[in-house]
Amino acid sequence: MMRELSDNIMDIAQNSISAGAALTEVHVKVSHADNLITFVFQDDGCGMSEELVQSVIEPFTTTRKTRKVGLGLPLLKQTAEMTGGTLDIRSTVGVGTTVTATFGLDHIDRPPMGDVAGAWFSLVVMNPEKEFLFTYDYDGQVFTFDTREVRAAVAPIPLNQMEISAWIQECLQSEINELHGGNFT
Amino acid sequence: MKSLAELQAIRNRMIEQVNMRKDDNIDTRIVVGMATCGIAAGARPVMLEFVEELKRRGLENVTVAQTGCIGMCRLEPMVEVYVKDQEKVTYVHMSPEKVARVVTEHIVNGRPVDEYTIGYQG
Repeated sequence: MMRELSDNIMDIAQNSISAGAALTEVHVKVSHADNLITFVFQDDGCGMSEELVQSVIEPFTTTRKTRKVGLGLPLLKQTAEMTGGTLDIRSTVGVGTTVTATFGLDHIDRPPMGDVAGAWFSLVVMNPEKEFLFTYDYDGQVFTFDTREVRAAVAPIPLNQMEISAWIQECLQSEINELHGGNFT
Repeated sequence: MKSLAELQAIRNRMIEQVNMRKDDNIDTRIVVGMATCGIAAGARPVMLEFVEELKRRGLENVTVAQTGCIGMCRLEPMVEVYVKDQEKVTYVHMSPEKVARVVTEHIVNGRPVDEYTIGYQG
């Protein structure tokens, strides 16, 4: 299991990059009213056949050629289910994939949320040519971060240029902190 | 989103600098293993600390990149350092605490930190 839910964010979003997605969306929702945390990963990557969707939650399924295990989705499923949540995968070949995971917010086995800003920041600086749309909905207050807007503002400077990436990091951190006052784990 | 005007100001400042970062200016690459195994072992704080340390020292000609599973999951978090014209150095069981020393001794001063490298026997 991952130590923090935010580690799963990086891991699962990376699947979208590997699937050749131009745009990867990661939506995080925290709802105390529903007692639920929801992650939605949506991409316009190559998608998966129905058969692959069925088997992809098995640890011994991977598209990797180098070895025969892939643990990202099985780990996410395990974490979701042990907190009373669910994992749902929908995919269409040539269109993209949507992965939805839910976690019981106050479940005793729920790992801490961890550093969502750090996870998002890592995705952007490690994949500076890719587009990301992030949203964080905290009890109805929503923060949206869109790399396409940032890119338009800074072009032709790449997003991983030091000062630009520092701005992105600071932006993600302060906006997420502002949402929940820094006291949500 | 935080003020985009601020971002444009940074851009305008950057664009004036002739020495726009080009690939031939990059002389060191730091590559962090970021597959499921690496992330589970704590690769993210390591990677973030590298970014932070490079920023602190203003090292513009060093990039931080990621790779998939390097193949020795039990040694994660793993970090490979490629210095131009030198052999790759692989660090294992990395932690954010080890990052400053790798940057100071290896990236800046050119002496790999042997005791953090793969296969090191004290």
